[in-house]
Amino acid sequence: MDEQTIFNKMIDILRGYTKDPSLLDKATMDTHILNDLKVNSARLVDVIIKCEDTFGITVEDDEADKIGTVGDAVAIIKSKLG
Amino acid sequence: MAADRETMTRILNSVPQQHPFRFIDDILELDDEHIVGTYRFREDEYFYKGHFPGQPITPGVILIEAMAQTGVVAFGLYLHMRQTHATAEDAKKLTTLFTLAEGVEFTGVVHPGERVIVKGHKIYFRMGNLKMKVSMERENGETVSSGTLAGRGVPSRI
Repeated sequence: MDEQTIFNKMIDILRGYTKDPSLLDKATMDTHILNDLKVNSARLVDVIIKCEDTFGITVEDDEADKIGTVGDAVAIIKSKLG
Repeated sequence: MAADRETMTRILNSVPQQHPFRFIDDILELDDEHIVGTYRFREDEYFYKGHFPGQPITPGVILIEAMAQTGVVAFGLYLHMRQTHATAEDAKKLTTLFTLAEGVEFTGVVHPGERVIVKGHKIYFRMGNLKMKVSMERENGETVSSGTLAGRGVPSRI
C-alpha cells in the first residue's frame, strides 16, 4: 500500500476523533494529532485500535507512544505492511 | 482466573472515593475480563434533599458515577495490580480520572434504599487507559442504565 493511500485512510480514521473535522482538510504529514487536530489524548488508544483493524496490523504500546504526527502514524503503518 | 475474596476486599479498600461520594459497597465477581459490584443507595444520601424536594430519585449523574466506581476505578485498580504486580498500597498512589462517557442510557428510576448491581465488561486496557461496557441493574435483573465509560490512572497528589 502506498504512502498516500495510508495517509488518506489515516485521515478517515481521525475524522471520528477530532473535535473539528474541518481541520483535516489542511492536514499534512506534519500535522500533530493531539495539538493540531484537537484529538483527546485519552482517545489515542481508540485511534490505534482502529488503525490495527483497518490495516490488519499490531502496534505495540512503545511504538504507539512515539506517534505524534500523522506522518509518524503513516510511517509505522507502512513499516508494518512491508 | 477469578480473583479470590481476599483480593476483592483489597481492591474494594483501595477505591479512594469515600462518603458522601462513595457508591460501591461490595465486589461480587472479578477476573481479567469483568467485574460485578453492588451499592445500596441510602435513604439519607445528601442529594435526595434537592433531587427532588418531596420526590427523591437518584440523579443520572450519580448512576454514572456508581457505574464508574465499580467498572472503571475498582476494575482499573485490579488490572493495574495484575499488570504491574503492585500491592493494594501501591494502587492507592493512583487516581483514576474519567475520560469518556458514551452512549449512556437511562431506562429506569432508582429510588432511595434500592440496591443496584453494576456489571462491567472490558473493551480494552492499554497504555493506562481502560474502556468498559457497563450496566446497572436492580436486584430483579431489570437494567436501569448502560453505556461505555473510560478512564485512566494518574499519580495521586499526596
